[in-house]
Amino acid sequence: MLASHSAEHRDQGFDPALSPWQRRLENLLGEGTRAGADLVEVFLERTDHMGVLAEQDLITSVSPAFGMGAGIRVFNGTRDGFVSTNDLSDAGLLQALDQALAMLNLQRSSASSHGRFEGLKPLRDFGAGKHDWLSQSPDLASSTAQLLRGTKLLEQHGAHLEVRRGSYSRDWQEVLVAASDGTFARDIRLHQSSGLSVLAADGQHRASIGRRYGSTDRPLDLREWDVDASAAEVCASAATMLYADYVDSGQMPVVMANRFGGVIFHEACGHLLETTQVERGTTPFAEKVDEIIAHPAVTAIDEGHSAGAFGSIAMDDEGMESQRTVLIENGVLKRFLSDRAGEMRTGHARTGSGRRQNHGFAAASRMRNTYIAAGPHDPADLIGSIDNGLYCKSMGGGSVGATGQFNFSVEEGYLIENGRLGKPVKGATLIGEAKDVMPRISMCANDLDLAAGYCGSVSGSIFVTVGQPHIKVDSITVGGR
Amino acid sequence: MSMSSTTNSATTAPLDVTALRDQLHHLAQREGIRRWDLGASRSSSASVQVDRGEAKQMKASQRSSITVRVWNDAGLVGITSTSDLSDSGLERALTGARDASQFGNAAETPGFSPLAKAPLPDLDRPLQSEQGIQTLLTTLKGAEASLLNRHQAIETIPYNGLSEGSNERIYLNSEGALRQVQRSQASLYLYARAEEAGRKPRSGGAVRIALGSAGLDVQGCIDEAAERTISHLNYQPIESGHYLVCFTPEAFLDLLGAFSSLVNARAVLDGVSLSQADAIGSQVAVPFFSLHDNGLHPAHVSASPFDGEGTPTQRLCLIRNGALESFLHSEATARHFGVDPTGHAGLGAKVSVGPDWFEVSTSEGTSSGTTHLDHATTEETFVLIEGLSALHAGVKASQGSFSLPFDGWLVRGGEKISVEAATVAGDIRQVLNGIVHLEADGKVTHQGVSPHVWVDGLSVTGEA
Repeated sequence: MLASHSAEHRDQGFDPALSPWQRRLENLLGEGTRAGADLVEVFLERTDHMGVLAEQDLITSVSPAFGMGAGIRVFNGTRDGFVSTNDLSDAGLLQALDQALAMLNLQRSSASSHGRFEGLKPLRDFGAGKHDWLSQSPDLASSTAQLLRGTKLLEQHGAHLEVRRGSYSRDWQEVLVAASDGTFARDIRLHQSSGLSVLAADGQHRASIGRRYGSTDRPLDLREWDVDASAAEVCASAATMLYADYVDSGQMPVVMANRFGGVIFHEACGHLLETTQVERGTTPFAEKVDEIIAHPAVTAIDEGHSAGAFGSIAMDDEGMESQRTVLIENGVLKRFLSDRAGEMRTGHARTGSGRRQNHGFAAASRMRNTYIAAGPHDPADLIGSIDNGLYCKSMGGGSVGATGQFNFSVEEGYLIENGRLGKPVKGATLIGEAKDVMPRISMCANDLDLAAGYCGSVSGSIFVTVGQPHIKVDSITVGGR
Repeated sequence: MSMSSTTNSATTAPLDVTALRDQLHHLAQREGIRRWDLGASRSSSASVQVDRGEAKQMKASQRSSITVRVWNDAGLVGITSTSDLSDSGLERALTGARDASQFGNAAETPGFSPLAKAPLPDLDRPLQSEQGIQTLLTTLKGAEASLLNRHQAIETIPYNGLSEGSNERIYLNSEGALRQVQRSQASLYLYARAEEAGRKPRSGGAVRIALGSAGLDVQGCIDEAAERTISHLNYQPIESGHYLVCFTPEAFLDLLGAFSSLVNARAVLDGVSLSQADAIGSQVAVPFFSLHDNGLHPAHVSASPFDGEGTPTQRLCLIRNGALESFLHSEATARHFGVDPTGHAGLGAKVSVGPDWFEVSTSEGTSSGTTHLDHATTEETFVLIEGLSALHAGVKASQGSFSLPFDGWLVRGGEKISVEAATVAGDIRQVLNGIVHLEADGKVTHQGVSPHVWVDGLSVTGEA
């Protein structure tokens, strides 16, 4: 019965040394392979979430959540079936397995052999030494106090502020991955994100500005957050943008700042280097490995290693250790990001990039920490090279469509006039196509920096990092008024 | 407790909600919790995707979740959510909510909706049987093949999916409110990619939603996806400038939805709406424009008879003759404004408010005066916007501004030329006050009801 099973195993977690999960998983995998599946994979997770919102000088929302679940994926050839469930009892997991098998016209048999399954390999425990992360992370009292300090600092630094907000989220996750190829790996993850935002208003002038920061595996991060500096940055940006004019539209050269400016590569090119896009036939780069797809100034990397970065992972959600993947080197396409299904269907070797939001999604090839590498230039050189253009100091979100067309909004922009920064402008949207824009990134500065973000795609919303140094795009379409 | 079993079928017996209520009463009493409420949901679904005649992925899920709110002795509210529906999970949720209540907002404490036990509207949404995943697969393969055969330039249907499932929602509180509803729903989407030699790839798609997969208009979805894709093959860049623009019903509802904070009392009280608290009665649009929110509309497949606080769903006039008539409310915002809650609340320590199903119409007894405008026959030059993209990135709701990529056509002398990459930009206040015509026939979409909407002078940026 679910209730008794769930309670029993939740308390012990997924540590095989302390719970019967290895035996239960081996039974499940054996049942699946005996039914004729080529491969069976089980993803288990436990989660503990805390969200806190401060508005003005009050805590207005505290929203704890916890849960657990499983995702079972069965492969037969390159086809697969995936079932997710909250029911972690033996009966619940077997029901999910039966559903997944039935999708592939397979069913469990009564034979006693374990098919091609030879048992799980020794556990690769990436979660060792992380057991106290949840208890080390801020409790409600300290997190609410830090946010209230943030909103108070916004008031001190800002003017014309109608709304002051601070937010914090903490996502703790324990995962256990087992597959019939012997994969057996566990990890504990801790993602924390904090942010400040304001709405400034003066008559008809309005500006909403926000900054978000994120970290992985740093329990003390919120306590060490320089909230004063963040508040000052947000308020300075709001003060600048409050009276900014709307940008005139047109084609123009653009300099994009470092950190979150890296969203241009993420949206314009990164998604097109995921094998999910190769499978769909929606990337123009599918047959371009070892060919030039970008300006020689561009080298781009996706990796899961940067200490504390929001997109860092010790292992992916298919139990594979994370890697450093050079996507583009001096303008030449080198690799695609690949997961298990991507490798099966496209031939591109796995890169430790199989990721998912939670057990409700099958893993897919997704980005981790993705950035354009630093170049040789001083950032001022890029601005100095433009007579009339746009400087994008802060970016909003963006997206890429089925034909490779991307778009993203500019939160804080400035005109570039005769090689110098001019007046601030707002309301700009940058649009284009990756294969057109990548060759136009002609200069990279020497100030690479990273920024945290969330990426929504086929396997849900995941924690990622974008990044770049200041870059110059020779020409891009700027939508405005 | 009774929520431990899972379900595959829309015909599954509903949850034993009285047993759940009794369990909560027992646990709450044991913990010394006197005031609580709970929202729960349970769903099962199955879906398929295909790729050139092969199953790409087949998925199924069984999900359950509960959200518990607890009022402590000081009257402050805490909340906890979980997918762990075991007895111990429910107990942990209750105690977690009590712990969180120490940080409740004393300045605005939500209460039970005064309408949580009021009679519910009748909604005729009979549960539909599921066809099973293999039938879904066969249907989707057929739809994909049919769409691929519609034009030689259509190479793939990269985004497609057919799903069916059922869900159940309940609301309970310690004062005896008890709400329960079951729904079945199915959806189909087909998004084609087409490319002709020497030209850029183009795409177009369509969506259908029904109470069950057997009731989906599969052929209509294929026809619409094909028409939309093929009609964009012959494209040209558009010159940047200010244009007379006609929004399709889908595009206008998308834009309106992105700025729904205009009529959202929660956003008004939070200071992030363009509307002020005293805005009721003020003119926010042209006089011939009216807007209702109608969660009871017969075409609203996923309609629910109550909201997250148990308040009955209703048809509500938001804008009449261009004047703001009402906001959307939760219990807390309604109490602040001295009105009844409207059935648009979620469930939380700070309760969210959101629209349900917009109906855009011409105000009774009014006319735009420009009735010659018709997207199918007008000879004037205009931009017909079929769909807007990237609303999450290109809309600044609290500022009123938007700059959004769109799919559409430049229509000149009745001839439609698909527009290459372009954006439309403006301010929602400018749009609502710049509407020059609402066509006569409202179209039912899966988001709401609207006619084609004409707005003059919007900025369009192209690559010409």
